[in-house]
Amino acid sequence: MTYVKPSFRHPEAPINDLGRTRQDYEGGLSTLCAGCGHDSISAAIIDACFELNIEPHKVAKLSGIGCSSKTPAYFLSGSHSFNSVHGRMPSVATGANLANRDLIYIGISGDGDTASIGLGQFAHVVRRNLNMTYIVENNGCYGLTKGQDSATMDTGSPNKKGDINMYSPIDLARLAIEIGATFVGRSFSGDKQQLIPLIKAAISHRGFALLDVVSPCVTFNNHSESTKSYEYVRGANSGMPVDFVPMRQEITATYDSGATCEVCMHDGSVVRLYKQDNDYDIEDRQSALEATSHYAREGKILTGLLYIQRDSEELHDVLGTARRPLNSMTEQQLCPGSRFLDSINAGLR
Amino acid sequence: MQAKQSINDFVIKFANVNGTGSASANSMFAKAIFRMGIPVSPRNIFPSNIQGMPTWYEVRVSQDGYLGRRGGTDIMVCVNPQSIKRDVAEVESGGYFIYDSTKPLDLRLVREDVNYIGIPFTDICLREYTDARQRLLFKNVIYVGALSALMNIDFNVLKDLVADQFKGKEKLITPNIYALELGHQYASTHFDCPIGIHLERGHRVAKHIEDFDNILMDGNTAAALGAVYAGATVAAWYPITPSTSVVDAFDKYCRRLRIDPGTGKKNYAIIQAEDELSALGMVIGANWNGARAFTATSGPGVSLMSEFLGLAYFAEVPTVLIDVQRAGPSTGMPTRTQQSDVLMAAYASHGDTKHVLLFPATPAECFSMTVEAFDLAERLQTPIIIMSDLDLGMNEWMSPPLEFDDNFRYDRGKVLSAEDLDRMEERFGRYKDVDGDGIPYRTYPGAHPEKGAYFTRGSSRDEYAAYTEDGAEYVRNMDRLLKKFETAKSLVPEPKIKQSEMETRHGAVFFGTTASPAYEAIEILEKEGIDLDTMRIRSFPFNMDVEKFIREHDRIFVIEQNRDGQMRRLMLNETSAEAKEKLIPILEYDGLPVTARKIAGMIRNYITHGNVTPLTRRAAVEEETA
Repeated sequence: MTYVKPSFRHPEAPINDLGRTRQDYEGGLSTLCAGCGHDSISAAIIDACFELNIEPHKVAKLSGIGCSSKTPAYFLSGSHSFNSVHGRMPSVATGANLANRDLIYIGISGDGDTASIGLGQFAHVVRRNLNMTYIVENNGCYGLTKGQDSATMDTGSPNKKGDINMYSPIDLARLAIEIGATFVGRSFSGDKQQLIPLIKAAISHRGFALLDVVSPCVTFNNHSESTKSYEYVRGANSGMPVDFVPMRQEITATYDSGATCEVCMHDGSVVRLYKQDNDYDIEDRQSALEATSHYAREGKILTGLLYIQRDSEELHDVLGTARRPLNSMTEQQLCPGSRFLDSINAGLR
Repeated sequence: MQAKQSINDFVIKFANVNGTGSASANSMFAKAIFRMGIPVSPRNIFPSNIQGMPTWYEVRVSQDGYLGRRGGTDIMVCVNPQSIKRDVAEVESGGYFIYDSTKPLDLRLVREDVNYIGIPFTDICLREYTDARQRLLFKNVIYVGALSALMNIDFNVLKDLVADQFKGKEKLITPNIYALELGHQYASTHFDCPIGIHLERGHRVAKHIEDFDNILMDGNTAAALGAVYAGATVAAWYPITPSTSVVDAFDKYCRRLRIDPGTGKKNYAIIQAEDELSALGMVIGANWNGARAFTATSGPGVSLMSEFLGLAYFAEVPTVLIDVQRAGPSTGMPTRTQQSDVLMAAYASHGDTKHVLLFPATPAECFSMTVEAFDLAERLQTPIIIMSDLDLGMNEWMSPPLEFDDNFRYDRGKVLSAEDLDRMEERFGRYKDVDGDGIPYRTYPGAHPEKGAYFTRGSSRDEYAAYTEDGAEYVRNMDRLLKKFETAKSLVPEPKIKQSEMETRHGAVFFGTTASPAYEAIEILEKEGIDLDTMRIRSFPFNMDVEKFIREHDRIFVIEQNRDGQMRRLMLNETSAEAKEKLIPILEYDGLPVTARKIAGMIRNYITHGNVTPLTRRAAVEEETA
């Protein structure tokens, strides 16, 4: 890896509808290990935001603690970011979103941060259908403390010391589908073709969008017997290719309709998924749970958009909060003034 | 036997079974006295239980306006056979014991020095009502009716209160007044009314808090109103006694005041979180994003929030936390009061952390300090913890009316707008001490398309918010946080100091709900020739007034409701005065609000048997001339 980020960019680098180049979406230089899957995910986020013509300052990045949670420093340096405490990103994201519903919230977490210390907050942010994209960079181990087992490590998979994990793994995607998530995708950091459109779809989804992205830890969990290694995931990945067609863009390609499903998002964009199984209905929770477990039994990892509920009430709908962000309310709107207090006092005499 | 005689100065206690509806009847009794213009202070002494356990309601009536607990019981109204033995034993000699005479009283419970008044409450209910629920509920109203005759409560005042209570449910007014009449009639035809201890319309003056046009309200409701007036739009919380009613009241007022009339949408959001960790996380997230947000909890919640408090301190995110203290440690006594979170709150979280604390002593201060807390939090970009307690939060207190100046404008602190950023020539440094007060400038997410974005983190960073493990940068940042804490000293509420009429080198220090009984104890001692200057602490960090008070006195009694003398330790820790020998702990921590008698007794005992020469008025004068 290099320690200095080159500032040179090709003068003819493509620009998006906002007149920005991809460089405008980059962040600081990554300090993760060379080859870390997380850096590929950061790159995919940069691509997705660039291609979606998102204004960087309209994004708030949130994270917990761990290698994954360091990554918001490595993309979208024009966005505010909040690297909070271990396993507690969901609550900070919830408060931030309550204060200003007009920003795009991207949460970055890891398998330790989400499946262990933060499982409680994760479950509840799913339940509340907070309008955010929640990306778990899932490598089955604790990187920053040097390779301890995490709760997503598969049963029977050995760790760096050769100890076999005998505990049952937590499948975050399945858990999220079970407890009411409205958008659940799974992907692999090494599959950019699938990951970028999935991130775009997740950002476009109105409500809670989980992306469980297998992201190998090159230092501690990339050995040949690990089920979270590049080699293993490449072999086991049963990927459903995903296309994301932004709103107002004409759909030109045609595909075999039997294995293709198109989902129109809330904002008019379309996600197109190429399934290998015609019976799988990604808008049916039970069907999604059955498909993921079916593939798992076969030793495969089903990736792609696993489940989506197109129309759902996100947290602000449930609460009935004003359309205007709460952080923009004025003193005049919020403070009842002394006359009301007089009536309160009168009622207490 | 001589029956006690007293007008407008006594303690009456109701022994009830919880979950039987006694609370509203008892509250009506207290409010009737209040409306008669007589100083009153009611207190619930209740179990951590929903139904079936003993619960007490203690009402102190004090012509002089003392609002703390006095200690002792002059009249016991016993409607709970479970606790009758201890209730009889508690009555002071010459006092009254009012009981349900449906069944004859166990002769072992008869004391020769107590006056017994038997009223067949159950019999009356059985005769009058067929429904079991009505029999249970109206029994409470009937005893209030009986007391109105026995104690000379203005019956019209009670009738008005019933009408107030059932506004909107008018059909309940007549049956309730009828029940009051049943009790009144029985008592007035069977006993000489009024009894020796009774009420007469008076002039209501509550000493020590000033002569004011009183209201009767609980501190939690006042704090909630403070949050409404301060413009809080986000509340996140987790249910815990005794703080729950803060957010309940916030919800109630927001439903009334914060619904947009045009759209029907809410200008606020309340989330019942999955735990206290999450509650504070949400508050921090919302404040970071430019909304005013708060949480309310009690000691166990503060323990869970400690991690986040450290983050908010270090990452410099405004945060308002209302801690309604109860007895710890661990689950402790959830429904008993204490002031035992002082040290935890002051230093909550790992590493070098310190937090700004406010100590309200009245509902009016719960209101004003909560309004102030939001300004302080944003001004200082740090957590502000309001240290209330169960006694103040959940009991109704006579208080000055709530006041709000319509010219008051929120101080949102150092926030750079898009225009500010455009005008700036230098690079924005989130953690730069531009003004020399330790307080940096911040920006809200989304404020400006090109400038002002920064990375908030709990890990060490440089002045431009970039991650660093450089020791010098870390130290610079930590020292700036300390400077900011110094700045806080000039912004937080100053202590209230009262000089004794006689010159004295003795002082007393207290805070929060200890103030009322402490002021009363000081007067008791004054009559005995023991003079004390007093200082009511209202905030931490301590300013120079606190240092000066310590320096100017030789012996200072620090009165507080915890075992370890936590405020005393904080004073030793956080002032420069040489005070270890000077500060004498006066402590009460049985979970009930401390009484004036106990405080006076402990100080008297120390002065007469301890190593302090008793100071008489003469001695004080001699000392002065020596």
